[in-house]
Amino acid sequence: MLRFLLRRILGSFVILVLLTVVAFLLFFGMPRDPALLMCGKTCTPDALANIHHTLGLDKSIPEQFWIFLSGLVTGRNDFEQGPCPAPCFGYSYHTNEQVWSTLMDRLPLTLSLAAGATVAFLFVGLGTGLLAAWKRGSFVDKSFTAGSMVLSSMQIYFLGPLALAILVYQTHIFEEPDYTPITDNPAAWFTGLIIPWAVLSTIFAAQYTRMARSSMIEQLQEEHVRTARAKGMSGRYVFFRYAWRGSLIPIITILGIDLSSLLGGAIITEYTFGLPGLGRLAVESVQFSDLPLLLGVMLFSAAVILLCNIVVDACYAFIDPRVRLS
Amino acid sequence: MKEDLVLPAPREATADSSGDPLLVVEGLTKHFPVKGGFPIRRTVGAVQAVDGIDLTVHVGESFGLVGESGCGKSTTGRLITRLLEPTAGKISYRGKDITHASRKDLAPIRSEIQMIFQDPYSSLNPRQTVGKIISGPMEINGIEPTGGREARVRELLEIVGLNPEHYNRFPHEFSGGQRQRIGVARALALEPKLIVADEPVSALDVSIQAQVVNLLRKVQDELGIAFLFIAHDLAVVRHFSQRVAVMYLGKVIEVGDRESIYTRPRHPYTHALLSAVPEVNLAEETETGGRERIRLAGDVPSPISPPSGCRFRTRCWKAQDKCATEEPPLVRISGNHDGHLTACHFPEDPTIEARDEDIVLDPALAALEEGLNDD
Amino acid sequence: MTTLTKETGAPVPSDAGAFLSVRDLHVSFRTEDGMVRAVDGLSFDLERGRTLGIVGESGSGKSVTNLTILGLHNPKFTTVEGEILLEGQELTTARESELEKLRGNKVAMIFQDPLTALSPYYTVGRQIAEPFMKHTGASKKAAWDRAVEMLGKVGIPNPKERAKDYPHQFSGGMRQRAMIAMALVCDPDLLIADEPTTALDVTVQAQILDLLKDLQQEFGSAIIFITHDLGVIADMADDIMVMYAGGAIERGTTNEVLRAPQHPYTWGLLNSMPRLDSDLAAPLAPIPGAPPSLLNPPSGCRFHPRCTFQDRVGGTRCTDERPLLAPDRASACHLTADQKRTIFIEEIKPSLG
Repeated sequence: MLRFLLRRILGSFVILVLLTVVAFLLFFGMPRDPALLMCGKTCTPDALANIHHTLGLDKSIPEQFWIFLSGLVTGRNDFEQGPCPAPCFGYSYHTNEQVWSTLMDRLPLTLSLAAGATVAFLFVGLGTGLLAAWKRGSFVDKSFTAGSMVLSSMQIYFLGPLALAILVYQTHIFEEPDYTPITDNPAAWFTGLIIPWAVLSTIFAAQYTRMARSSMIEQLQEEHVRTARAKGMSGRYVFFRYAWRGSLIPIITILGIDLSSLLGGAIITEYTFGLPGLGRLAVESVQFSDLPLLLGVMLFSAAVILLCNIVVDACYAFIDPRVRLS
Repeated sequence: MKEDLVLPAPREATADSSGDPLLVVEGLTKHFPVKGGFPIRRTVGAVQAVDGIDLTVHVGESFGLVGESGCGKSTTGRLITRLLEPTAGKISYRGKDITHASRKDLAPIRSEIQMIFQDPYSSLNPRQTVGKIISGPMEINGIEPTGGREARVRELLEIVGLNPEHYNRFPHEFSGGQRQRIGVARALALEPKLIVADEPVSALDVSIQAQVVNLLRKVQDELGIAFLFIAHDLAVVRHFSQRVAVMYLGKVIEVGDRESIYTRPRHPYTHALLSAVPEVNLAEETETGGRERIRLAGDVPSPISPPSGCRFRTRCWKAQDKCATEEPPLVRISGNHDGHLTACHFPEDPTIEARDEDIVLDPALAALEEGLNDD
Repeated sequence: MTTLTKETGAPVPSDAGAFLSVRDLHVSFRTEDGMVRAVDGLSFDLERGRTLGIVGESGSGKSVTNLTILGLHNPKFTTVEGEILLEGQELTTARESELEKLRGNKVAMIFQDPLTALSPYYTVGRQIAEPFMKHTGASKKAAWDRAVEMLGKVGIPNPKERAKDYPHQFSGGMRQRAMIAMALVCDPDLLIADEPTTALDVTVQAQILDLLKDLQQEFGSAIIFITHDLGVIADMADDIMVMYAGGAIERGTTNEVLRAPQHPYTWGLLNSMPRLDSDLAAPLAPIPGAPPSLLNPPSGCRFHPRCTFQDRVGGTRCTDERPLLAPDRASACHLTADQKRTIFIEEIKPSLG
């Protein structure tokens, strides 16, 4: 099993390197010259050559790539903005900030958003899903199922503004969403994010309600669950010890996908609530053709997705001995 | 449904192999690679599903292949129909080497070798009508029978005991036994010379099973089609096959005419297999001691690392040192009929009658029986 | 084996006198296509320590009956009528908590496919120990030791170590042994074995059947053995009940049912079954047609559409009137006792070879 995980980690690393190559070639090998954009309207050939030089664009592509790659590992000192410690993605063309520190600035918000929403939607979604499965066919089940159908067809850009309009601008129950680092003021961190969390988790929870319910009902029909009942184990024990375990597998699979997209930046959510996270950073970097930043955001998201996959695999192994012991 | 078929008695196997054999298999081997290793996955071993078997099927005969799960009987069927690529060995059909024949080379032969599968539910396309399913092979092979394909399909439906009017129905409208009849009709569509039937009746209820066995017997007798009949049920094989080969862990361990295999077996495994078949004893009281009782220990070992020498030795009560070092050849042992070959260093007596003492190798069983006898 | 002996209090005397008594049981399922009448008027008795073999083809209601005994059917879609009395206790109306106390304790089950019937997520030892802890109140340690002991008893080599393995690490035969250990761990009075050897190879099946017989002698449980295989039932059972389309059509001791069968369906089963000693010159004589749909079962005798002896009864009795199964040795058929005897001796027996 350890071997399996190690192989996955190695494999992910290889994928990441390949992705870097492809992304770099795509961005920096393009005929469009990023220096032109920076040079502005009053561009002279001299100025352009100067910018080329400072950006290192006058070197050959393989050379540029090598400098980029070694910068990731050892850091670089060849920028006029100053030293760039490892992992160095260079400096943003647009803001002249270090790409890595920009990423690190935006990360806490995205992390907070994702973590809070995940805790909430797992709690609510799995809770209601299990309850619906337990009381299958009852009024509770039917209303949960119907409610989750409605909610999971909602979109953030509908539910988000609606929540803002009602809860913030009309009734003033909550403050306008805003990000305060948890280390500065935990209470402000919480109140500032509560509406985005609520909206995100409502939509996600609805999906998890349905998934948990159907996956539980499927598991409850498994023969080994019947065996457990046939040997006298109580309904609750069978439900939570036998059926629950197996129904986790599909849930974790989807959770892995959801988490990686949330961590990679929930673009629409961040825009809806005006929160400056990784998702907005990605959009900004595209808007300004900020190649170093775009490359940085992309590779960072890719790494997060690969990491989530590995964690999901590890979870499979933890849950299912057939995966662990083969 | 027509059930009152008059069936001729199955022909007894004739030892003389007059005429050229239809199918000759020599040293047929199929190893499935096992992947593993770190950090790069590579082939670290092989499942020795079929390991050097020789078989001969004559024109019009039914040849039975029996054995327990993992013995390689189904793989053998798939190798012969070339659904799988052999690792080694040779398959000749009517004198022509088809071991590694390409798709194109196989085309003329494909129609002559057909297959019937075990599961009548998954082996028929649910979205096609019966007519389409049965005429499919004709279409693929570009065969236009006189009178047209539809007439031929109706004729085939009649042969297998289905109503020709059901031409336009879908498989789900039929019961399990009827679906298996459709499978038989499809196999017959191209007038094959050899049908490889892989557990054709094991998914069916007893009363239906007999219908299909009778149908296959009729087909074999009246149309002169040879069968390679693969099954785990020894009684069914006995009813259908004139010659029988017993497989164990990828090897043929005994082969011979029906009479020899079922009443004069020599290999200890054949003895154990026959003794394990649960039987209804319909005689009033048994005058003789009945059949011998042999209870092996444990399950069949893994085909990834089969025992050295004789593969059955780990579960055999007669095993000696020689069995571990020397693989017994498949030969005729003195006292055997012609064509009755056994791969054993220490063969058993050719009888299945009860022994003075039962052979009980299962330790739990032996312990319990000892305890019960003491009481 | 001191741990095995239960306090042998005198069995509660019941009106029926039998240990298990099923009376006029009806079980139907609600499905999208309509009501499936899976069991339709079934009655039988079972005495302590005896083995009742229930034989029938798929859809005969044999498995449903036995799930119903333990209340393992889905109550939402199932209607159960009639009585199931276990030592006088009515089970069809018993509360879930009452049934839980019986399951795995007084009545245990063994299922067909041990790979799917054992949970892949827990060790074999734990799965055997669980019911023992639940029903005897034993400590975790004591229950684990008991599980190891049971594994040894059913012939798992090195049980101490193997108890820590998961089911997928066992071979097919080993898994079924573990299943038997699990069923016997609380020394049940009744063991219901539903096709326990159908998924196994023939040499392993022979081991498991003999093991069950020997263990029964030691544990003294009554067994209900469900199978489609007449050979297996001949080997295992004291009494046989033949089921067809939701009802019992013949009942008697094993000897009676197999050597002097009285029902045309039983004749058909015997005639269609290939045997190692049957005459090869005679083709198998299958029962024509297929088992009926339980959504819309045939009128009168359920077997009449496939029966070749209707004309011997005469009239329309077979299509109009459902023949009843008398208690004890009996068959549910309108043929007279004389007809049944002579037809079997003169027409059926000779073809059995």
